[in-house]
Amino acid sequence: MQYALLIYGQERSEEVPEDLMAAEFGAYETLTAFLRDRGAMKGGEALEPTATATTVRVRDGKTLTTDGPFAETKEALGGFYLVEAADLDEAIRFAAMIPGATRGSIEIRPVFDVPYATADASQAGG
Amino acid sequence: MPSREPPEAAHQLVDRLFRDEQGRAIATLIRVLGDFDLAEEAVQDAFIAALETWPARGVPDNPGAWITTTARNRAIDRLRRRKRLSEKIDVLARDATTESELRAIDPEPAEDAMAIADDRLRLIFTCCHPALAMDARVALTLRVLGGLTTPEIARAFLLPEPTLAQRLVRAKRKIRAAGIPYRVPPADLLPERLAGVLHVLYLVFNEGYAATSGDALVRRELSAEAIRLARLVDRLLPDEPEILGLLALMLLHDARREARVGGDGELVLLDDQDRSRWDRERIAEGQALVERALRMGRPGPYQVQAAIAALHDEALTPAATDWGQIAALYRALAAMAPSPVVELNLAVAVAMADGPAVGLAMMDGIAASGELDRYPYLHAARADLLRRLDRRTEAAAAYRRAVALTTNGAEQTYLRRRLVEVSTPGRSRRLPN
Repeated sequence: MQYALLIYGQERSEEVPEDLMAAEFGAYETLTAFLRDRGAMKGGEALEPTATATTVRVRDGKTLTTDGPFAETKEALGGFYLVEAADLDEAIRFAAMIPGATRGSIEIRPVFDVPYATADASQAGG
Repeated sequence: MPSREPPEAAHQLVDRLFRDEQGRAIATLIRVLGDFDLAEEAVQDAFIAALETWPARGVPDNPGAWITTTARNRAIDRLRRRKRLSEKIDVLARDATTESELRAIDPEPAEDAMAIADDRLRLIFTCCHPALAMDARVALTLRVLGGLTTPEIARAFLLPEPTLAQRLVRAKRKIRAAGIPYRVPPADLLPERLAGVLHVLYLVFNEGYAATSGDALVRRELSAEAIRLARLVDRLLPDEPEILGLLALMLLHDARREARVGGDGELVLLDDQDRSRWDRERIAEGQALVERALRMGRPGPYQVQAAIAALHDEALTPAATDWGQIAALYRALAAMAPSPVVELNLAVAVAMADGPAVGLAMMDGIAASGELDRYPYLHAARADLLRRLDRRTEAAAAYRRAVALTTNGAEQTYLRRRLVEVSTPGRSRRLPN
């Protein structure tokens, strides 16, 4: 099964010292390499903070654009992994390895298996 | 040869079998089908078939095996019906494999008894998975592993039936969609997950024991079910001291069940219970279990609580209670599972063993932290110690606070009686402690 591991945490209000930042990136790289070696890594990115977010809604055919995230919350989505795991227990194990799990929270969401996807559609992307 | 019994007896047998066997049959079918609903429906069909055929044709030699076999056949029928409706190739291929696996289920030979036990053990870990909400774990465990029907569970928890049914549907959907595994957790997860299973059983037991509202018969059923499931888990994972501890704890409390409710359904406090009505057989079993568990040298919170319950059960009169030993056990419990409620119980035990002044000092410390400010038993216990120290004004204030916080009628009556006693000048200041 595929799972999205959504990394939520408090956004830092001030500049993070460079050595801390490097340690953090290093920890993420270690995890990414671990997942890649097991064939579990299906994707993932870190996101820019919500201050850079733009929210779009289409109503009555009109596109409405607002500054900021969809919802102002204490913990914001900061990045995600897309992993292949045998079951929820393995997904939980991967989630617990994410460095951000010690400060924020990881939401595990099973990827919906779209029932009517045809072979053509699945190849269309690449 | 099938034995012929009067129809009434066949009905009773089906009823009893439902409690004992439905969990077993469901567990086996879920393993093969990977589908709770299909498994439950097939097992339900099998019980209906039993009710229809046994009164006329007689009860088969091995009724449990008959149920599993019939359920298996009904599941195959249901799969075939679905096959006709589906054109998706992967579904067809999967169902064909499932069908041959279903055919392989043979509940008769003895060597399969172990496989069936494994099925139930796997299922209990699925139903108690931490990714499910606690109320869903409780409902699912009772429905799928226990012998309770959805309406019975709804009655026991004082919930409308549709609410409970909805809870079960959501839980099963999450198990499927989120990929909650159907297996005994690997060694590194087992201690944590086993603790989760025991916690669910403990909650089920308490729901049937602690509350005095609701349908008494169904509540009794809940406690019985929790004990039955704890016995099952003990059989499946032998020599786990905390399983034995929980089972002992439940038996040692359940032994007092008859004595703790008075003629009008009111709660009778431990001190006032008629101890001759305690179930000596349950007490003996509980004591033996807790002793066996403690000899294993891996103590845990359930074992310690069971040991405390055993000391209360052993005392033939309240005065004979070994409070020194109980205080020592609460100290051990506070070290393992620290909580202000455990601290309060420790203070009560110390007050009984070493006198009210020592206990009161401990309680004042707990009260100062403010954590139990809305907990009626803190104020009731403090009030009792203040009363015993003849500090009447302070005792009255604490009783008043306890009365305001407690919702249990029997406890309110008791507290009011004490409040009048400490507020009346010149009256003999002591009731027996």
